[in-house]
Amino acid sequence: MDAARPEPRPIAPSRVHPFEVAFWIAPLVAFFAFPDRRLFASQVFVYGLFALSLDLILGYAGVLSLGHAAFFGVGAYTAGLLARLGWTEPLSGLVAAGIAASALGYAAGALVVPGADLSRLMVTLGIGFTLLEVANQASSITGGVDGLSDMRPGTLFGKLAFDMAGTTAFLYAFTVLFVFFVFARGLVRSPFGLVLRGIRENARRMPAVGVNVNRRLRAVFGLAAGMAGVAGAVLAQTTQFVGIDTLGFQRSAEILIIVAFGGPGRLYGALMGVTAFLLAQDYLSGISPVYWQFWLGAVLVLLVLLAPGGLAGALEILYQRARRGAWRR
Amino acid sequence: MAALTTHHLQRAFGGFVAVDRVSLDIAAGARHALIGPNGAGKTTLINLLTGTLRADGGDVVLAGERVTDQPPHARVKRGLARTFQITNLWPGLTVLESVVLVVSERLGHGGEWLRPLWSHNDVLDEAWTLLRELRLDEDAARTTRELPYGKQRLLEIALALATKPRVLLLDEPAAGVPTGASHELLDTIERLPADMTILLIEHDMSLVFRFAQRITVMVEGRILTEGTPSAIAGDRRVRELYLGEERHV
Repeated sequence: MDAARPEPRPIAPSRVHPFEVAFWIAPLVAFFAFPDRRLFASQVFVYGLFALSLDLILGYAGVLSLGHAAFFGVGAYTAGLLARLGWTEPLSGLVAAGIAASALGYAAGALVVPGADLSRLMVTLGIGFTLLEVANQASSITGGVDGLSDMRPGTLFGKLAFDMAGTTAFLYAFTVLFVFFVFARGLVRSPFGLVLRGIRENARRMPAVGVNVNRRLRAVFGLAAGMAGVAGAVLAQTTQFVGIDTLGFQRSAEILIIVAFGGPGRLYGALMGVTAFLLAQDYLSGISPVYWQFWLGAVLVLLVLLAPGGLAGALEILYQRARRGAWRR
Repeated sequence: MAALTTHHLQRAFGGFVAVDRVSLDIAAGARHALIGPNGAGKTTLINLLTGTLRADGGDVVLAGERVTDQPPHARVKRGLARTFQITNLWPGLTVLESVVLVVSERLGHGGEWLRPLWSHNDVLDEAWTLLRELRLDEDAARTTRELPYGKQRLLEIALALATKPRVLLLDEPAAGVPTGASHELLDTIERLPADMTILLIEHDMSLVFRFAQRITVMVEGRILTEGTPSAIAGDRRVRELYLGEERHV
């Protein structure tokens, strides 16, 4: 089971690994190499941020959530409704969406956090269902099942319009993802990040060393919800559409699968998971939708059995083997 | 003033009264031991003292302050720490990370997420000092689950000490440790500052009599007697109830 856990990290200034540099240059290469796929890439960044936010509560704090899309959706609707009402400036819309989702997450955390795993699953599931129905019933505001459209596209800094080719969308979504990644990378190396890992490792031990577990978990719930909301807002702004499924259970389950698949508790795992998932979905469902479900199922089962640390965990093991091999020679 | 007091502390599980109107008085700086046969209610008492369990009645008073209604983490903040009979650590954290976690929480950094851990020199210095004192410094980078059992017991104590307790409750710190090593563990405990109040719960009588200045004997949820080690050793009821059994082992 050791492979399922992240490597122990010494407490030292974290250097930027060459792998990380390569990881963040790759999208910029793709920007020029595949100019016709920029819109698709912007979706990868949106879901990357969404997955990153779930990784903080699932991978670091060890709290299972089946309703994380609720916050993604609230962010998307907030940004979408603002744009419809004429507040089209994207960055302030992003902030508003983040605050709205974060407030909801903090409030929801009070209900989710105190329980054990099963009750947390049920409560997060329930919050998701409730919000979905609210969005469905309030169709005069949200557009109901038809979704929210007719929003006036704003311009970034009053200059860059969101174009059909997705050039602005790409750069915008990529920048937002990068900024929040840097934030999350700092967070997991902070005292708060260590407390979260302690809660994941053995929550029962925490009160005995003076940690108020519920308070810390609510804080991370609020933060992660805010990040998910920002991701939703970027989706709304770059596609000028909010579907009711952004709130739905399907979306929550998908992002949970993606994080588990990529390797929880690693940040990069979540991003790799999203990239692999969306590329495979795009490719396989292009051949036949049946293929997609089949291969998704098969790969999931194999991955859980063979590499419990997900994609990133498997890569870590390979990398360490290669390094040890190099030393022997 | 007493460091830790209980008044008629009571706790039942269904019809079974595990702790029955227990009134304890532990002096500041005391080296106090709590003994009693299995099922006497010692661990339940510890759980009531720390707040892990809620009392049905009675009070827990810590340095003059009533803490009966406070949750465990709040009692730790007021200077009450404990170790666990069954090792209760963070398997995936390193030894250093474990101690750093506790120290940074105590110094009020536990909710900080903008500044990296490595830049908190006060936290790291204190953690390293503690690890050196307990001779765990060479294992600092090891993951807790890879530690030998004896060192895990030591880490249990290190985590409690990292909260800078005024009162330390040691729940069978040497449980499962071979005899030679258990006396080494007690050496470590005896080196702790004299103003720290220590309550030791222990089965091994050689450790109890080496450590304690006062001994409280619990039987069937009640306090049978309390006194100096020689008084307890000379008490006929204690010998019949408890020490007699030990001698056969």
